[in-house]
Amino acid sequence: MAWFKKTKDTSSEKKVKIPEGLWIKCEGCKEIVYRKEINKNLKVCPKCNYHFRIGARERLKLLVDEGSFTELDGGLISGDPLNFKDTISYKDRIKENQKKSGLKEAVISGNALIKGYPVCLVVMDFSFMGGSMGSVVGEKIVRAAERCLEEKRTLITISSSGGARMQEGIFSLMQMAKVSAAMAKLKDNGILFISVISDPTFGGVTASFVMLGDIIIAEPRSLIGFAGPRVIEQTIKQPLPEDFQRAEFLLAYGLIDMVVDRKNLREVLAKLIELLQ
Amino acid sequence: MIRYYLEFEKPIEELEIKIEELKRLSDGKDIDISSEIKRLEKKVRDLRSDIFSTLTPWQKTLVARHPERPYTLDYINMTCSDFIELHGDRRFSDDPSIVGGIAKIKNIPVVILGHQKGRGTKERIYRNFGQPHPEGYRKALRLMKIAERFKRPVITFIDTPGAYPGVGAEERGQAEAIAVNLMEMSRLRVPVVTIVIGEGGSGGALAIGVADRLYMLEHSIYSVISPEGCSAILWKKAGEIGTDDFSRAANALKLTAQDLLSFNIIDDIIPEPLGGAHRDPEGTAGKISDFILKAFEELKTKTPSKLVEERYKRLRKIGSFLEETK
Ligand SMILES: [Zn+2]
Repeated sequence: MAWFKKTKDTSSEKKVKIPEGLWIKCEGCKEIVYRKEINKNLKVCPKCNYHFRIGARERLKLLVDEGSFTELDGGLISGDPLNFKDTISYKDRIKENQKKSGLKEAVISGNALIKGYPVCLVVMDFSFMGGSMGSVVGEKIVRAAERCLEEKRTLITISSSGGARMQEGIFSLMQMAKVSAAMAKLKDNGILFISVISDPTFGGVTASFVMLGDIIIAEPRSLIGFAGPRVIEQTIKQPLPEDFQRAEFLLAYGLIDMVVDRKNLREVLAKLIELLQ
Repeated sequence: MIRYYLEFEKPIEELEIKIEELKRLSDGKDIDISSEIKRLEKKVRDLRSDIFSTLTPWQKTLVARHPERPYTLDYINMTCSDFIELHGDRRFSDDPSIVGGIAKIKNIPVVILGHQKGRGTKERIYRNFGQPHPEGYRKALRLMKIAERFKRPVITFIDTPGAYPGVGAEERGQAEAIAVNLMEMSRLRVPVVTIVIGEGGSGGALAIGVADRLYMLEHSIYSVISPEGCSAILWKKAGEIGTDDFSRAANALKLTAQDLLSFNIIDDIIPEPLGGAHRDPEGTAGKISDFILKAFEELKTKTPSKLVEERYKRLRKIGSFLEETK
């Protein structure tokens, strides 16, 4: 339930540091690619279709009708119920992450239109404390769900998270139950919930709202699971199978509905809403 | 009887060994050392009382994981009659790390289930150290659905290091199994009472713990991550981690029953006998059953809709945040 632990060949640091320089090495094909070309291509490698991580704001731009997004609950800021301190205090860690990411928390949420359909979007950003779910993330998800109920909007979440946020202890754990209870209300009332998973999504986030989507979509090659690959490797003391916990692996095991390229996501979402809601 | 003593119980162990020896010596002989034995017995009681009234969070973690601590099946057998164990998730297999069935507690028919750890190497492996696979959670949900259909209250016991991190568990949807339990328990139309009896290890614990009343035994713990896991994330880079780090992490995580009561996450603490639940399993089971019956009393007049509504409200208000207004 920790945040996502970095593994040797999928180091998130490498990915996060990518914006530096004119050229970057693609995680998928290991080729050196011109950065501008990747940016122009929705942060997808033109050679191998590898999907680089993107931030919440960029993600929103790709998905919603231009100018239709209104951020809501943007004033929510984490408390520090445990008075948690490791090498630095949790309060300072929040400030540090706010500065680094330009975000107040690990989730941006609000109302928008996708091809004219009213939706409520909840977008996670891995660059803010590994997209971890604490009280604010949980609260924003529940408020979004409640708004969907009231305004008959489709709920769409885009996840990217290491799991529950350790620094808020039991409060983070309980967010799993809180958001899952909110999803029950959507099911009871016939409100469509589409869960989109991007790389990486783990722990208490996967094991709560993410796996409760009526429709679950993942971006190609995304790492998705409950336990992180390193924890599993340490437990079973064996190397993991090829492609373990990748989106395509989950598809093969019947755990998600489809793998969709970033460039097609907006179209697919609009079509699903048209057909279901 | 050979007892298992924790590191910080060593002074107690020494005294108890001494008392045993004295008893053996005096046995069948006329030398009267009963007053000396009485003196030592009082001393050991005082010592135990001192040690157990000031347990650190890490020490409590060790008590919560004590190998002699009563487990779910022990409590079911001590609190219930007519227990009939039910098996399997009807999809893949029967997971022995979650047990459950139907039973009667003080003549009230209930569905009762919980994580099950094993005693001794063989059973520990059989129970997978109380770490369920998805089929365990799916069995638990199947039993809860039976409870709902036949209008029986549900009792769950939490005692797990966490859901099992393995290949098969991921292939069969560990995350989905947990998520579905959280959602379905939140809208279960019968009373749910949960008791943390030992280790409450993260999502794998919560997956059978969305309840109307949540209690913890005095020396149990409940946390988003284990002290060891927390230490590994925070301090592993700086070198090897050990007991001091676990102790620090246990402090930081605020995982004791007392912490959780102060946060209003749990409803009450169930007292344990001096030295921990394993020192008097029957006594502890008696207390547990009192709390369960008290909870049933509080919940029995509520309609199913009211129960679900109040359970949602309990969860809805959990969180620590500020809201800036523009
Ligand atoms: Zn590439």
